[in-house]
Amino acid sequence: MIPELGHFALILALLLSIAQCFFSLNGAARGNAAWMAAGRSAVVGQFVFVALAFGALTWAFVDRDFSVLYVATNSNSQLPLFYRVAAVWGAHEGSLLLWSLCLAGWTLAVAAFSKSLEAPFQSRVLGILGLISIGFQLFMLMTSNPFERLVPRASEGLDLNPLLQDFALAVHPPILYLGYVGFAVAFAFACATLLEGRLDAAWARWTRPWTLAAWLFLTIGIALGSWWAYYELGWGGWWFWDPVENASFMPWLAGTALIHSLAVTEKRGLFKSWTLLLAVSAFSLSLLGTFLVRSGVLISVHAFATDPARGVFILAFLTAVIGGALLLFAWRAPRLKSAAGFEPTSRESFLLFNNAFLVAALGLILLGTLYPLFMDALELGKISVGPPYFELVFLVPMLPLLALLGVGMNAAWKRGFLGSVRNRLYLAGALAVIGSLLVGGAAYGEIRPMTTLGFALALWVMISSLSIPLARLRARQPIPGAVLGMVIAHFGVGLATLGITGVQSFKIEKDVALAVGDGADVAGYDFRLAALRDLRGPNFIAVEADVVVSRDGRPVTTLHPQKRLYDSGGNPMTEAGIEVGAARDLFAALGDDLGQGRWSLRLQYKPLIRYVWLGALLIALGGGIAALDRRYRERATVRAGAASASVAPGSR
Amino acid sequence: MKLPWKFLLPAFAFAILVGFFIVGLRQDPGAIPSPLLGKPAPEFSLESLGDPSWKVGSADFAGRPWLLNVWATWCVGCREEHEALLAIARENRLPIMGLNWRDDRALALRWLAQLGNPYVSVAYDPEGRTAIDWGVYGAPETFLIGADGAVLRKHIGPLTAEIWERDFLPLLPPAAEEG
Repeated sequence: MIPELGHFALILALLLSIAQCFFSLNGAARGNAAWMAAGRSAVVGQFVFVALAFGALTWAFVDRDFSVLYVATNSNSQLPLFYRVAAVWGAHEGSLLLWSLCLAGWTLAVAAFSKSLEAPFQSRVLGILGLISIGFQLFMLMTSNPFERLVPRASEGLDLNPLLQDFALAVHPPILYLGYVGFAVAFAFACATLLEGRLDAAWARWTRPWTLAAWLFLTIGIALGSWWAYYELGWGGWWFWDPVENASFMPWLAGTALIHSLAVTEKRGLFKSWTLLLAVSAFSLSLLGTFLVRSGVLISVHAFATDPARGVFILAFLTAVIGGALLLFAWRAPRLKSAAGFEPTSRESFLLFNNAFLVAALGLILLGTLYPLFMDALELGKISVGPPYFELVFLVPMLPLLALLGVGMNAAWKRGFLGSVRNRLYLAGALAVIGSLLVGGAAYGEIRPMTTLGFALALWVMISSLSIPLARLRARQPIPGAVLGMVIAHFGVGLATLGITGVQSFKIEKDVALAVGDGADVAGYDFRLAALRDLRGPNFIAVEADVVVSRDGRPVTTLHPQKRLYDSGGNPMTEAGIEVGAARDLFAALGDDLGQGRWSLRLQYKPLIRYVWLGALLIALGGGIAALDRRYRERATVRAGAASASVAPGSR
Repeated sequence: MKLPWKFLLPAFAFAILVGFFIVGLRQDPGAIPSPLLGKPAPEFSLESLGDPSWKVGSADFAGRPWLLNVWATWCVGCREEHEALLAIARENRLPIMGLNWRDDRALALRWLAQLGNPYVSVAYDPEGRTAIDWGVYGAPETFLIGADGAVLRKHIGPLTAEIWERDFLPLLPPAAEEG
């Protein structure tokens, strides 16, 4: 009964989405206040019914209702409660429901927290979000119904993919989806603007906190995915340039470019049509990511559920939404004029470089991701594009981006440089170079050109970020939330660069075959296989090893890598044993049983790797602080037609 | 009115992309060339899933066409194609052998008891050694082996009635010969 109620709730949610779209868009076009109000009510109703549907599916999992096909294929009775709940979004149908719930949640938030918007504009935004909801709910009901019954009911479920039975991967999809779907708000704002045909500083001010919020979720989601890959896949890598990783990284790059270009549009009224195009692109790339993952157009280790019929639906939907928005852009954007000029060393021009480099990286990654598809379609053979390509095309734009970042942050709007800022930057640059040589030479005993460059850029970004609040404190100026957020996020970029440079330059990986009592030396650490034992988990059996690590005869830690075999069968899963440290991680993963008591082990020394994720978290934290800046909440100043404010140097 | 060419560029680029996606979708993701096609099928002899003392092997159906289906209980695609396999088995045109891959014997038997058994026999390959010989890199995969013992067709991913009729049936001798 409960699954049928869920199915019914989903149908009602679809009808309410249609109502939301129809009344909002038409109400706005005719200036009919009653219709616009009806559209807003439909938003609330839609959210309630999507939440009910989601609750019903969750109940079916918690209750182990194996008469529901989706529940029977993605859980079993031995699965712990936490993973039974996480299994709701463990496969295709449920993740779509989660998508839809996120979208309904964002839509509700827009309806609730943007009362200061002019009513017709708000209605257009809600109408466009309704259009997207319709697409996803139709998709679910037509091709991917999570409530489909299994007749006769299964006495036992298969299992949730064991790879997904992990904390980070259980929370990774909801956070990632909040980010993906959050860009729908910026997209809807952009489309509503294009429909109205005018764009002012207030528009950018409305869009910025929403974009920042979506972007910060996406940042955390990507970082979680990378962290998971590091400890669960057993290779100790943290980024693989897999098509699905790229699918989440490309909207992130577009979103990053967008939050920067929004700053220019808000403060100076420039880059208007470019900002709109980025807002459309960020969400389009999120949809494209869904398409690539779900349709099987690109074959990837992530493509758990591939089905051409679904691919056709998503492609049609994608074409309608993105194609429609781009045509709207081509039609209306030429009317938007940017009037002001700026000097070559003003902040505007640095943000222009920022956008150019980010979009260049995005375009090259998109090309690499789709290249196999192009080659295949042109019958030039099946090929795959590997990490060397992606590393190169990402690195080349990132180096100048990081070098200019420190200058741009300190530059003033409109005018060229001030002398005092110039001296500050010379000092920061000198400190960065000296620091880099010290880190490379003293800590790792080796000076290599690329490593030195990486460390220098990382320190440069960190020092020049910190110089802003320091200068403000010395001049007894206040530090607004937006500036604090910017400083923290950019400091995070520097920290992540430090981590990436360190781990890529000085990591050591060794594959060894050890019997109990044997040891191997990695980077001066002695890894000794001390014991092996069998374990019984809630729904798996495992072999666990004690790997005792010591340095110069002194014990450092004992690692406990596991090899798990889930009761539901399938490939054995690797749980790496990791000792986390500020300067390095020590990593051991169990490979195969080689017989006669010998096991293959992968031992790794990973310097500075923690800073990759710590940096990502700081980036997200900075985004959050900036999104909460007071001026976004001051309603009195947020009125259409407000002229762009005059701006003090260094403020954002 | 003068067309805003600069502003139409994103839409053009997207249209080209959609064109490629359409071509990409039409292509059968299962049509990855297998080096085995046209070559003699790799030989194997494995324990039967139901009875460990019984050997099941590639020579069992020598001299007639047969189907080898690689499956496992942990594989969602295998659950999807199960109905299609049962339908093919009911046609009774050719025997289907299952290759139970990297799986647990008890779970696999329970699966067949619950969902129906389309296989004449099932070889048990918990280590995946035979699957490696056959170039299997994911389940489900289905191979058609001709009467001469050569691999005629390989399909990666869930089998459906359409795929069966389009890609496999034309390769079989007319039904009358079988009857």
